[in-house]
Amino acid sequence: MNFDTSEEQDLLQDTLRQFAAQECPPNRVRALFDGDEALDLDIWQKLIELGMGGIAVPDEYGGAGLELLDLALAAEVLGETAVPCPFLGHSLAGLAIQLCGSELQRKTWLPKLASGEVLGSVAFAESASEDGAGGWQPEDWTLAAGDRLTGTKAFVPVGTRSDLIVVGTAGAGLALVEVGAPGLELTDAGGIDRTRHLANLSLRNTPCEPLAKSGPPVGRLRDAALVLLAADAFGGASKCVSMSVEYAKTREQFGVTIGHFQALKHQLANMATEVEPSRALYWYAAHAYDHIQEESERAAALAKSHITSQYMQVARDSVEAHGGIGFTWECDVQIYFKRAMFDRAFFGAPAVHRERIAQMSGW
Amino acid sequence: MDLSYSEQYEAYRAEVASFLAANWPPQGAEQEVSQVEQASRFRAKAIEAGYLARAIPKRYGGSEQDADVLKAQIIREEFARAHAPGEVAGIGPGMLVPTLLERGEEWQKEKFVGPTIRGEIVWCQGYSEPGSGSDLASLQTKAELVGDEWVINGQKIWTSGAHRADYMFILCRTEPDQPKHAGISYLLLDMKRPGIEVRPLKQMNGAADFNEVFFDDVRTPADWIVGRRGEGWLVSRTTLKHERNMIGNASRTGMLLGGLVNLARRTTRNGKRGIEDADVRQRLVELEGYIRAHEYSSYRLLTKAAKQQDAGLIQMMNKLNGTNIGHRAAQIGIDLLGDQSLVAPNPQRTVGPIEGTAWVNQFMWSLGTSLAGGTSNIQRNVIGERGLGLPRDEAAQRSK
Repeated sequence: MNFDTSEEQDLLQDTLRQFAAQECPPNRVRALFDGDEALDLDIWQKLIELGMGGIAVPDEYGGAGLELLDLALAAEVLGETAVPCPFLGHSLAGLAIQLCGSELQRKTWLPKLASGEVLGSVAFAESASEDGAGGWQPEDWTLAAGDRLTGTKAFVPVGTRSDLIVVGTAGAGLALVEVGAPGLELTDAGGIDRTRHLANLSLRNTPCEPLAKSGPPVGRLRDAALVLLAADAFGGASKCVSMSVEYAKTREQFGVTIGHFQALKHQLANMATEVEPSRALYWYAAHAYDHIQEESERAAALAKSHITSQYMQVARDSVEAHGGIGFTWECDVQIYFKRAMFDRAFFGAPAVHRERIAQMSGW
Repeated sequence: MDLSYSEQYEAYRAEVASFLAANWPPQGAEQEVSQVEQASRFRAKAIEAGYLARAIPKRYGGSEQDADVLKAQIIREEFARAHAPGEVAGIGPGMLVPTLLERGEEWQKEKFVGPTIRGEIVWCQGYSEPGSGSDLASLQTKAELVGDEWVINGQKIWTSGAHRADYMFILCRTEPDQPKHAGISYLLLDMKRPGIEVRPLKQMNGAADFNEVFFDDVRTPADWIVGRRGEGWLVSRTTLKHERNMIGNASRTGMLLGGLVNLARRTTRNGKRGIEDADVRQRLVELEGYIRAHEYSSYRLLTKAAKQQDAGLIQMMNKLNGTNIGHRAAQIGIDLLGDQSLVAPNPQRTVGPIEGTAWVNQFMWSLGTSLAGGTSNIQRNVIGERGLGLPRDEAAQRSK
């Protein structure tokens, strides 16, 4: 019984934190947030050098051969530091090929993804809907499968700069399309989270390569995606708490730092109590994905629905805790607020996954 | 990360399970005696086997095992699975015994520890006073050494079980000239002594679990003091830590969800069974998120304890987190009950899953949990100040 991270895992997180502090401190994050570039190649290249392109890619395909937990621990730090990068889409593209690809497909693509030679992304959502379901779930995909694809997909992370996109097709299938293929068009979707630009994908008779497996392995891909979003949300929510605490220790009113006032102290304690127990929730979901498969689907959905809604709330609380400055564009809280909106809605809003859990429970 | 137990621990689990298979529930003639006697005989065997009273030396009636939080966890799990009696519950074994073991005189340990862990004597805690709640160290109940006895005068309040207790451990002001924290002593007291008056306090749910206790020249021997004069505050700190662990127990919150699902299956909402209602389903899963986060955090605490490391922030929020879950669950329960919530419940707390109008009782009980053993607002101070490093409350600092 050891429910804790290993020294190697702590080192992975420390390394990423140091990287963020040196290469992408808050002023750089702000500058990138304000810019129009979907991808900062310099940052991404350095992350690739740290091995972030293939943490969970098996070593025979050039990755580190680690588990989803390790990938999730990295996602936590990227969520905490808000480093603008294509980690989510790229990681999911790799997992998709690993879970669903043939041996040839794995051999062809995984080394290129791990080395960063190819930037991967994923296209799941089909249209924005009012109830937040948005055609994100594999069972809702309608894009007709085949050797050629015609239709549209929405919200492809860093899509306009990607080289290879894994597209969800009808019957819970997946297909690879290469950017530059005939009939393929990517346009910026004007995403709210400017650290993770989103693109819309349009395909007209575009040649594609269907991945070998569909159905259950695609369900595994969903579970992995939900865990990574939960981990990112945990990192971001923790950062919202620590930013608010730091502000309370420095901002003075009535001659003292505002952290002296019990009203604020209790708000901050409540925020911390809301967030910190969820570390174990996402750890468990990642661990279940790796080692307790019968619990994986449920644990992933629970972590995603729970932690992303907490992140949203705690981001709102952080705006309040910062007072007027918290409502401004120049305050970092707004960046986390928008990352919270991304994590909350991407791959289905909390309500969607809560209903899935109710069904899994036989209710 | 590995949630399984090593081979050595799995062998230990098998040992515990075979002990339980042989000894619980009682067989043959063992069934003839009362349930209390059955439990008491079983506990004696379990102590003999090294499964209960593990932290307590053999000379005081314990089984004196090496500290091993994983074995302790395995024992709890296996005993719960077999519905076998575990450690005797209550404030005596939970709070007084650890304090005596750490700070008590030899004769005190010999006299009190054994009977307390066997449930032969029952304790109550004389801490809070009408004027001293969260600011406990301001307490005014006075004890003066007259000859070879302490003479106690004053009043305690919120004293759970005082009407059933044989003894009280009590904080009294013995050094009135010292600063408030340094003027307190930790005394032991026989509840049959003359001059003690226990008046039950009826709670909002109709039950009377706690009391006011009045002291009019009540005498207790001079050596019935734990630690030295004026050290009572420090001595009492050992115990509050134990109580927090008891109240923040994660397995208890897990049972709440099962109870609510049962309730949702049996009640109707908008013409459908409650469990089919979209809003109810959302709320139940939302609650489950909190419950699982709490449960898995207890694995973190267990791991840290096994490594003898400080778990930090998560440990400090354990009680508040558990309390918040109780509030959420009670709110869902009362909503599911609908008009049945107009019916006054049986005020007695039930053991096991909460059913039917017992949720009305739980709706009130969950508030008691948020007050007992350090209120939720005090927990927030602790989390904010010690956990997040925010400035200490100035009024509290000034009054030291």
